[in-house]
Amino acid sequence: MYIFYVLLIFMIIAAIIAIETKNLLSAVICIGALGFGASLMFLFLRAPDIAITQIVVEVLGLIILIRSTISRDLTFISGDKEFFGTVISVVIIFVIFLAGIKVFETLPEFGTAIFAQASQGASQAYIKEGLQNTGAANIVSSVILDYRAYDTLGETTVLFTAIIGATAILRKKARKVLEEPDL
Amino acid sequence: MKGMTIIVKTVSSWVKMLIVLFGIYIILFGHLTPGGGFAGGVILASSYLLIMLAFGREFVQKDLPLALDSKLDCLGALLFAMIAVLGLVLFDKIFFSNFLYLPGKEFELISAGTIPFSNIAIGLKVGASLFLVIFLLSTFRRETSANK
Repeated sequence: MYIFYVLLIFMIIAAIIAIETKNLLSAVICIGALGFGASLMFLFLRAPDIAITQIVVEVLGLIILIRSTISRDLTFISGDKEFFGTVISVVIIFVIFLAGIKVFETLPEFGTAIFAQASQGASQAYIKEGLQNTGAANIVSSVILDYRAYDTLGETTVLFTAIIGATAILRKKARKVLEEPDL
Repeated sequence: MKGMTIIVKTVSSWVKMLIVLFGIYIILFGHLTPGGGFAGGVILASSYLLIMLAFGREFVQKDLPLALDSKLDCLGALLFAMIAVLGLVLFDKIFFSNFLYLPGKEFELISAGTIPFSNIAIGLKVGASLFLVIFLLSTFRRETSANK
């Protein structure tokens, strides 16, 4: 339970830094830390789908925002530190690779999904009773908008938050170009 | 002359209505055929992206102002949350309850209760927000390159 409070305090601190800092790049990095904290929170709350979506949106948003802001605050690390950073990143990639091999060993054989084996599982109930319960012929639609619509609400909120972040960071320049009084 | 050549402009002005129609079809038939709000919204945003690439940003600004676009974005999110809360407050006391569902009308366009309305709300939201972020990023890029 304490992990939630630690994550929450971490996210609040990251949000405050992201608002208050003058440097655009560190604001973007703080928003990334906030998003990864949120995805960890979703993972501990046993919603792995939303955690994966959050990570994907966060990585994409981080890359796009850093690519757009890096031309303003460009900081190069030169000399020995560059070699050190390369070694560190290679080591981290190798560790993640080993962890990925470990994860793939635990997966079931191809064609024998875990959900198909459990005869009393929720997925079998969705397939059998989806049409009678919801009336939607498209079973994917009946799952994402009826049985698990809460997940869809979370994904919509993730998208909405990402758009708010992009609008807030890019607004000042865009307003100058478009002569918009307010967005 | 803003935008691309006359060939691109003519072809894209013919094609854009087909793309918009296809997006609306994907959204409205999301409960019957593959597709749904997310895919249809991306198709709608891509139609406006085509117009933006062919005709230039100012043309799209007149057609779909950024203020209207962000309002559509918020409207989609609000509609989806309203559908969820209506089931909680007025009908079954269940969040996201399918309160409009009538049994025995499967495989028809007007069926499946609240699912088509949720599809419309999500399509509106995804289309508007995706186009908004593409437009903002392209405008930001042009401004920074003009500064150099």
